[in-house]
Parts: sequence; structure tokens; C-alpha cells
Amino acid sequence: MALDPALVGRSYPPSAVYEVGREKIAEFAAAIGATDPVHTDAEAARAAGHAEVVAPPTFAIVLTLSAAGVVVEDPDVALDYSRVVHGEQRFTHHRSIRAGDRLVATPTIDAVRSVGGNDLLTTRVDVTTEDGEPVCSATSVLVARGTA
Amino acid sequence: MTATVRAIDVAVGTELPEQTHQVTRADLVRYAGASGDFNPIHWSERVATEVGLPGVIAHGMLTMALAARAVTAWVGDPAALVEYHVRFGRPVAVPDDDTGARVTVRGRVGAVGEDGRARVDLTVTSGGEKVLSLARATVQLA
Repeated sequence: MALDPALVGRSYPPSAVYEVGREKIAEFAAAIGATDPVHTDAEAARAAGHAEVVAPPTFAIVLTLSAAGVVVEDPDVALDYSRVVHGEQRFTHHRSIRAGDRLVATPTIDAVRSVGGNDLLTTRVDVTTEDGEPVCSATSVLVARGTA
Repeated sequence: MTATVRAIDVAVGTELPEQTHQVTRADLVRYAGASGDFNPIHWSERVATEVGLPGVIAHGMLTMALAARAVTAWVGDPAALVEYHVRFGRPVAVPDDDTGARVTVRGRVGAVGEDGRARVDLTVTSGGEKVLSLARATVQLA
């Protein structure tokens, strides 16, 4: 079933606070083979001008994927997740994510389209600190194959 | 900002050092755990083929992360990447062997702005085919 265009602009409540840990950053950096010590060594990070160890540029997906999952599971969206592939991804960083950050992720539906029998859902997840400082924005296009 | 590449030293056409990454099934499992993306198409041959894929495929986000390394290694600061946009064109099939798939990342500066930012256009291939149909990173240079 094609997605309802009226869904565009729908926003969801902010996620619970996600506290960024040094070990999580180190684990993520290891998983992508990023060996720059600014990801693992607070001294090296400070020497490079950062307040704390900083996350690799795509780390935000750890928070934004589950935030976008809230949209996918919305009964009005109800995409069949087994048919969903990731079509496109964009990150806009206002600053790096670093250890100790307490972040919340707020999803919004930016666009819905049907192309060639596929449903395309564009979600934007805005990541801020719990105090509201903008950190990054992650936009994903999810493609549900053969559902439109 | 601690980028080590200065805007004054960069011109349109500047090429980044090429990187090649080996991606095995073990890497997919590790990335699944680190990212929280446990979609079975990244670890179950059965599920992957049932949904019409050639077999287990790499997380697009892993390919995206590997491609970013070419940019952050060149610029000298992972925090210098301010904007990053990719389109996933073709899945990276990862065979269940000790070699896995090879992903090659090439980059070229496509624009340099007055604000000291450069746009890097990336070409990411596996098995001779482009796997990202678009990959652009904007970095803040020193």
C-alpha cells in the first residue's frame, strides 16, 4: 500500500536520553577500522583540540537508526521491515559527537514517494543535547521494495 | 578545528590517497553489534536470498563509514567532516570465506569554497562496480 502523503511533516517525540560513552565510541571506531587515537585516547583528543574523545562521522546512526525505527513502526506507516533497504543517507554535523554527550533524537517524516512499485520514506532525525544544543541531523531514505 | 590540510593547498581536482578495505562476514557481525543494526540480511544467507539479494550483503552504513575514512585520513581530523551524503546504488555481497569483499575508495576535490570548505566527491567500488551512486563529503579545511 502506498504511503499517505499526509504523513509528510509528522514529528515524533524526542527519544530517551542517550549518553555517549568512551567505550561505545571505541567499539564503533574499531568496527569501522578507524584507528585515529582521537576516538580512543582522551589525551590524544585533547591534544588535537577536542574536549573529549570524538566519535567517527557516521556514529550518530547508533541513535538515529532506532529513532527512525519509531517512524517505520508507526501504524500509519507500517513498512514491512524485511522488505526495507537503505537508499540514501545524509549527515549534517553542527559539531562532533563526543564522550559524555547526553543526546536526544527527534524524528520527522520529510517526504514520502512511490516510485516503480517501491515506497520511499525520507526521515530526518535531529540530534541535540538534552539542553537543546544542535549536534547533527541525519536524513535517511528507506526503500520498501514492491510495497507501493 | 585541527584539520592538517590547508584550504590554500587544495584545488579542484586534488586527489585523495586511495584506500582499499577488506570486508568479511566477521566485520559485518562486528559492525552489527557496534551500530545496533541487526537486520538479518547482513548475517543470514537464508533471509538475504529469501528477499531476493545475491546473499549476505554489507551494511550500507559500513560502506559509508569506510568511505569516510579516506576523507578524514586525508584531512587529518575526523571532526572536520561537516556534511556527508551518500546514495546506496548496489549492494556489496560478502561471501562466507576468509577474504570477503574488497571495497576501494577514491576521492577527488570537486569544489573549494571561500569559507575554507572543500567538497570531496568519492568513488566507491567493489568488484569493479560502483556501490555508492553518489558520495559527497564536505570538510572544513585549516
